[in-house]
Amino acid sequence: MSAIPAVSPSSSATPFVSPPQASGCETPGVPREILRERGQREVFCGLTGIIWLHRKIQDAFFLVVGSRTCAHLLQSAAGVMVFAEPRFATAIMEERDLAGLADANDELDAIVDRLLERRPDIKLLFLVGSCPSEVIKLDLSRAAARLSRKHLPQVRVLNYSGSGIETTFTQGEDACLAALVPEMPAAPANAARALLVVGALPDVVEDQFRRLFAELGIAPVAFLPAGKAADLPAVGANTVLLLAQPFLGDTARALELRGAARLTAPFPFGAEGTTLWLKAAAEAWGVEDRLFDGVTAPGRQRANRAIANYRGVLHGKRIFFFPDSQLEIPLARFLARELGMIPVEVGTPYLHVQHLAAELALLPASTRLSEGQDVDRQLARCRLEKPDLVVCGLGLANPLEAEGLSTKWSIELVFSPVHGYEQAGDLAELFTRPLVRRDLLRFGT
Amino acid sequence: MKLTVWTYEGPPHVGAMRVASAMRDVHYVLHAPQGDTYADLLFTMIQRDGRRPPVTYTTFQARDLGGDTAHLFKSAAQDAVDRFAPKALLVGSSCTAELIQDDPGGLALALNLSIPVVPLELPSYSKKENWGAAETFYQIVRRLADPTARPPERAGRRPRCNLLGATGLGFRHRDDVTEVTRLLERLGVDVALCAPMGAAAHDIARIGEADFNIVLYPETAEIVAKWLERTFHQPCVRVVPIGYGATRDFIAEVARVACVDATSLLDGCSSRMPWWSRSVDSTYLTGKRVFIFGDATHAIAAARVASDELGFKVVGLGAYNREFARDVRTAAEKYGVEALISDDYLEIEARIAELQPELVLGTQMERHIAKRLGIACAVISAPVHVQDFPARYSPQMGFEGSNVLFDSWVHPLVMGLEEHLLTMFRDDFEFNDAGGASHLGVPAAPTVTASVSAVAANADSALVWAADAERELGKIPFFVRGKARRNTERFAAERGVELITVGTLYEAKSHYAR
Repeated sequence: MSAIPAVSPSSSATPFVSPPQASGCETPGVPREILRERGQREVFCGLTGIIWLHRKIQDAFFLVVGSRTCAHLLQSAAGVMVFAEPRFATAIMEERDLAGLADANDELDAIVDRLLERRPDIKLLFLVGSCPSEVIKLDLSRAAARLSRKHLPQVRVLNYSGSGIETTFTQGEDACLAALVPEMPAAPANAARALLVVGALPDVVEDQFRRLFAELGIAPVAFLPAGKAADLPAVGANTVLLLAQPFLGDTARALELRGAARLTAPFPFGAEGTTLWLKAAAEAWGVEDRLFDGVTAPGRQRANRAIANYRGVLHGKRIFFFPDSQLEIPLARFLARELGMIPVEVGTPYLHVQHLAAELALLPASTRLSEGQDVDRQLARCRLEKPDLVVCGLGLANPLEAEGLSTKWSIELVFSPVHGYEQAGDLAELFTRPLVRRDLLRFGT
Repeated sequence: MKLTVWTYEGPPHVGAMRVASAMRDVHYVLHAPQGDTYADLLFTMIQRDGRRPPVTYTTFQARDLGGDTAHLFKSAAQDAVDRFAPKALLVGSSCTAELIQDDPGGLALALNLSIPVVPLELPSYSKKENWGAAETFYQIVRRLADPTARPPERAGRRPRCNLLGATGLGFRHRDDVTEVTRLLERLGVDVALCAPMGAAAHDIARIGEADFNIVLYPETAEIVAKWLERTFHQPCVRVVPIGYGATRDFIAEVARVACVDATSLLDGCSSRMPWWSRSVDSTYLTGKRVFIFGDATHAIAAARVASDELGFKVVGLGAYNREFARDVRTAAEKYGVEALISDDYLEIEARIAELQPELVLGTQMERHIAKRLGIACAVISAPVHVQDFPARYSPQMGFEGSNVLFDSWVHPLVMGLEEHLLTMFRDDFEFNDAGGASHLGVPAAPTVTASVSAVAANADSALVWAADAERELGKIPFFVRGKARRNTERFAAERGVELITVGTLYEAKSHYAR
C-alpha cells in the first residue's frame, strides 16, 4: 500500500488471518469504549432490504404480511417509487383478520394463490413477517410449510422476519439469506473445497470478483444469493465462507452450523479492503504471493489512481456517521486509511464484534464508536462536533443541511455498486460530491 | 387481508403527521417500533422540509414487549416535552402499538403535563391517511378551541374567516393558501386563522373568533367545519375554488356569507384561462377524451374544468378515498360515466387501458400508468412526489390556479397543427408519430398497442387483425391509435366479425365519427 495517509491505527497487525474469535471476545488491537445507546432510532426496518433483494433474486417474490404502514414504507423507502411491476407486495391485515372474523391463514392462502396465478414466473416466494404479524404471533413458518406443500415443485415458499421490532435495515437481508441456508443442498463429504461469497452484490461487482478469483486459481466459487432461486449453492464441511457484507451475522452462523468455515477479513471497500479480503481467500487456497500480487496489482493500481482524485477534497476532513446499514465501520476505515479523513463518531445500529474484528483493528484509535441510537442525543453530539460531513438517513439529511452541515445520504451507499477495486473511486466520489457541491454553489452576497 | 402493490394513502398516523408538521408548535409522540421513522423522509425529502417533523417515536423492540412498553412511552413523552417545549402534545399509536394496547392517551395524562394533551385514536386496520388527518385536526380543534370565543363586534371592521384544511404533503396546498388569501384580501375579507398549515396552538384556541369558515380541502377539514357550525354557529363556504368557474362561484359564495360586494372582483377578470381556451389554437382540444382520478375533491373539480372550460370529454372519473364516494358518483352521473371508487392500483390501470383516453389527469400513480400506456398525463392530486413541490408559485386554486391548470394539462398533448401534420404525412423519416409529441422530446411508448390488444384479447379472443388492416392501423397517429383499435374491435365484436380488414377499420371509423 503506497498511499496510506498519516491517519493510521496504532496497531499494524494483519488481522485477516486471525482465527475465529470466541464469542464475547474483545476487539483485537486497541480496546476501545463503545457508546451504547437506546432511544428513538432514525433507521429503516428490515423490510427495506426487499427493495434490492427483489431485483437480485430474479424469480423470487416477497410478500410482506403486515399493515398499511409496511406497504407505505416499501413504496417510500427508496425515496422514489419503483414503478416497473415490482416483485413484492403487501398482504395488508385488516380489522376482520385481527378480530378473528377471518382466518388469517385462509386469507393468506387465497392471496398467495392469486399472486402465483398472476405471476407464473415466480419460483420462490418469501412470506415476510412484519411488526404486526409478529405481535399477533401469526406463524409464518407454518404457513410457508403449508404453502410449499401445496405449490411445490413449481414454487418454494420460505419465510423470514423483516419486522422493525427485530431487524434494522440491512438485517432484513441477513434474515432473508439465513432463511435460504436450510434450502441449500448438502455438499458431499468428499467434495473439493469451495468458496462461498455471501451477501447480495450488484451483478457487475459479482462478475468482477468472479474474474479475480478465477485468475487467482480459486475455484469453485459460488455466491449467495444466486440470481435464480434454483441455483442455490451447496454447503458443507468443505465450504469456505467469505462475507461480502458486514451485516450477515445470522446467515454466517447458519452456514457455520452446516460446516462452513468463515474467513476473517476486512470488507472489500477501497483498494486496501479489497486486497485484504481477496488475500484471506488466497491464503486459504495457498495462492503464492507472487501470483496474488500479479493478479491484484492492476485493480489495486486503478483503485488507488481513482481514489487519489478525491484525496485532495477529503483529506483531513472530519466525518460523522449516524447508524444505518452496518456498513459504517468498514466505510470509516476506508475513508480514514485511504483518503485521510478523520472519523469523529461512527455509529452502527448493531456491532458484530467478531465479524468486524479485522475492521476495528484498522480504525483510528481516536474514533468514537456508538451502537444503537438515541437520535436526539446523537444530533446534539453531532452539532457539538461540527463535522465537515455527516453520513445519515433521508429523514435527517435536509434538516442538517438547513443547519449548515454537509450530508451524505447513507442509503446511496447501499443502493450503489461500491465494493471492489473498480468501484473504489466511485465510493470516494460519493463522499466528495456534497463537499464539492457546497463549494460550487454561489448565490451572491 | 388485502393484496396491495402500491397504496394511494398511508396509514392514519401519517395523516396525523401531516397535520402536526403543518402546525407551528405542536409535537406528536407516536408509540411505534423501529422503522416507522421512515415517515420522516416524506416530509424532509418529498416536501424538502428543512426541519424534522415534530414527531417522537418510542421505538420499542421485541425484547420490550414482555416488559414495560408503557414506561417507555411515558419517558419518551416526557423527554419530548422537555426537549421541544411544544404548546400542545398529540399522542397516539401506530399500527403495531395499537395491538399492544398501551393507551398513550391515558399514559400521557398521567404525566400531568402543563400543556394540553390531545389523545388520538386512529384505527390503523380500518382507516387511512386522509381520515387520520381529518380526525387529528378535529381532535386538536375540539381540545384547544376556547368555547367562549366569539367574533368581535362586526361594526367598523372587515369580515374575518378561518381557512381550513391545508396540511403538509398536500397537493399544492402551500400555493393554494397564498392564492385564496390574496383573493379574500381583494374581497376585503381577513383570514383570522389558516389551519392546520401555519397555525400555532394558541391560534386554534381563537378559532371561534371568525365570522365564518372556508373549507379548502374537505378531506381534512369537513369534520371540523361541521363541528364549528354546531358549536360556534359559524357558516361555512364549501365551494372549492379549483377552475375558473368554481373560483367565481367561490367568490360569490364568500361575498354572500361575508356580506361584501364582489362585483369589482368578478368584473375585473384576472384569469387568462377563458381566453386561452376560446382562442382558435385551442380548437384541437375539443372532445379530447380524458380520464380523471385522484382524491375526490381534486377529481370532481378537474372534471368540471375539463368538461366545461376546456371542452374535453370526460370518459372516466374516480377517486381513491371511499369516504367521499357519494360526491364522486353524483359528479360522474353528470358526465354519463360510472364512477370508479377504488384504491386498487391494478384496477385503475386496467380501466385506463380499457378506456384508452387521450389524456389522464391523475396522481403520480396514474402518471406512471399513463407513461407505460403511452398516454399524455398531468398530475392533479396527492399522493405527492418531489415534483409536486415546484420551486415556482403554482397554485391549483383561484384565477392563477386556473391558468396553471390550462398550462399543465394542455402541455402534455400533441399540439393542434402538429396533430394534422402527423396525420397527413405519416411516413416522414424525421417527423413521424413514433417520435411522440415533438415539443416533449420523448418517444411515444411502443407498448401502447400491445397492452391494448392484450385487453381486447381478454375481452374477445376470437378477433384477428388482417395484416393489411394492422398496417393501416399503424398509419393512424399514436395518440388516437389506441382509440381506433378499441373502437374497431368493439365494432367488429358487436357485429360478429372475426377477421378485421381495412374495410372494417373504416366502417368503424365512420360509425364512431364524432
